[in-house]
Amino acid sequence: MGELTLGQYYPAESILHRLDPRVKLVGTIVYIVGLFQVSGVFGYLFAAAVLFVLVFLSKVPFSHVLKSLKPVFVLLCITMLINMFLIPGRVLWSFWIFRITAEGIRQAVTMGLRLIFLVMGSSIMTLTTTPNALTDAMENLFGFLRIVKVPVHEISMMMSIALRFIPILTEEMDKIRKAQMARGADFESGGLIRRLKAMIPLLVPLFVSAFRRANDLAMAMEARCYHGGDGRTRMKPLRYAAADFVAYGLLAAFLAGCIVFRVTGL
Amino acid sequence: MQIELKDVSYTYGLNTVYEVSALSGINLSVKEGEFIAIAGQTGSGKSTLIQHLNGLIRPTSGRILFEGKDIWEEGYDLRELRTHVGLVFQYPENQLFETTVVKDVMFGPRNQGLSEEECRQRAEEALKLVGIPEELLETSPFDLSGGQKRRVAVAGVLAMNPEVLILDEPTAGLDPAGREEILTLIRRLRDRQGITIILVSHSMEDVASYAGRMIVIHQGKIAFDGTPRQVFAHYRELEEIGLAAPQITYIMHALKKGGLDVDVNAITVSEAKRSILLALAMARSGTVHV
Repeated sequence: MGELTLGQYYPAESILHRLDPRVKLVGTIVYIVGLFQVSGVFGYLFAAAVLFVLVFLSKVPFSHVLKSLKPVFVLLCITMLINMFLIPGRVLWSFWIFRITAEGIRQAVTMGLRLIFLVMGSSIMTLTTTPNALTDAMENLFGFLRIVKVPVHEISMMMSIALRFIPILTEEMDKIRKAQMARGADFESGGLIRRLKAMIPLLVPLFVSAFRRANDLAMAMEARCYHGGDGRTRMKPLRYAAADFVAYGLLAAFLAGCIVFRVTGL
Repeated sequence: MQIELKDVSYTYGLNTVYEVSALSGINLSVKEGEFIAIAGQTGSGKSTLIQHLNGLIRPTSGRILFEGKDIWEEGYDLRELRTHVGLVFQYPENQLFETTVVKDVMFGPRNQGLSEEECRQRAEEALKLVGIPEELLETSPFDLSGGQKRRVAVAGVLAMNPEVLILDEPTAGLDPAGREEILTLIRRLRDRQGITIILVSHSMEDVASYAGRMIVIHQGKIAFDGTPRQVFAHYRELEEIGLAAPQITYIMHALKKGGLDVDVNAITVSEAKRSILLALAMARSGTVHV
């Protein structure tokens, strides 16, 4: 299985780990909004500095944060190339139908940096927050949508169950793959069609087991009188501490800073 | 020697923060036609060990030989090896996927590249061997009972005609009748077809009455290797590592302590019965003190 850092909690003892998940969720959104405000060199340096401070505070190894870029690497390259070739402007170099413009390069670099900071910034949140804490935060922050009949609790419950099942199903998949390999299955060779066909002995048992597990879980939840979100209390209710308010203050300062950079165009 | 492990070690998640040593310095040789039971606590490394035997896991260090050839040598055909060394995983019924029972069993032979008729023939033989009645051949494997599904899954491995059959807790979750069926089948495979059997089991009773050799794994190392009788003689040490001797061994020790002169090395119920009856007869004739 590939390594997906996005959505993988890195256990450590740090200020960021201890922050209320709502602060981190809001913070991530603020950081992304801020990123799209800045445009000049100094603005980007500011955003980068904030990012590095956050990584340092999180006590997550920098290489681990960088790994989060792996899944978006292709997207990153495509975005940069498209920007480089398709933005009209002063032509620097041309060949046949391809033209590279100064504006294109500038746009490609800014887009690339934005994307990199965006992914790294949000992976700091997912690395320091357990998926369950994150869904709790979402349920809490989007709770107001209940007024317009959005089943907020149900959606967040579905999300936490789905997250919980990813490692289970990964393990299950590995077991089934090995069992079929023991029966001589070959997943590595052959063309696309053959490889897709080779997936059938994996996917059928995986789906069967996923449905069985879902059924078991539903029964277990009903046996414990689960009936949706109404009147449900929490074992660990979310409560803001002093550090969280400080964090909100810093976020506001960050956003203000970004807007200053935008206005001044630095 | 059919299978030989030389100083095999395996570490999960090598060079990461989550590094865990699962096996260390395992030396083991398996002779043709042996019936070996592997016991050990959950997490002792049993499952990791058996996955080494058919090349599903590559050892971090050490060598594995099958019929004298190193299976991790350049150019060794691992898929070919897997047809010689059949491995039935825990809860093997979870790997069934075909639309009919017979088609599912044919999956293995088909991967061996046999012709359609040969595959079918192999599948039918294997299903007969495990006692699946012919009228079930064309039904969906998902409609069968738990015990039947398990037997179909075992047939799926048997249809590849392996010379070594490894089973990871084949009786887990089955009712007594289902257990008996599977164990009888395994014994029959060894006695009639001369297949080498390696059985991972938690049931000391099963080990005592079926296996000729018992290997106890503890924390990734071989703690005991001998006949079940030899191993169960160390029942105190076995308890320390979370295992136990068969119930009957405890009864025999208690009887001995209570003054009845029985053989404490009895490990099966029938052995114990003989020994107890003998001791009672001796006690009744009473006056004779040897």
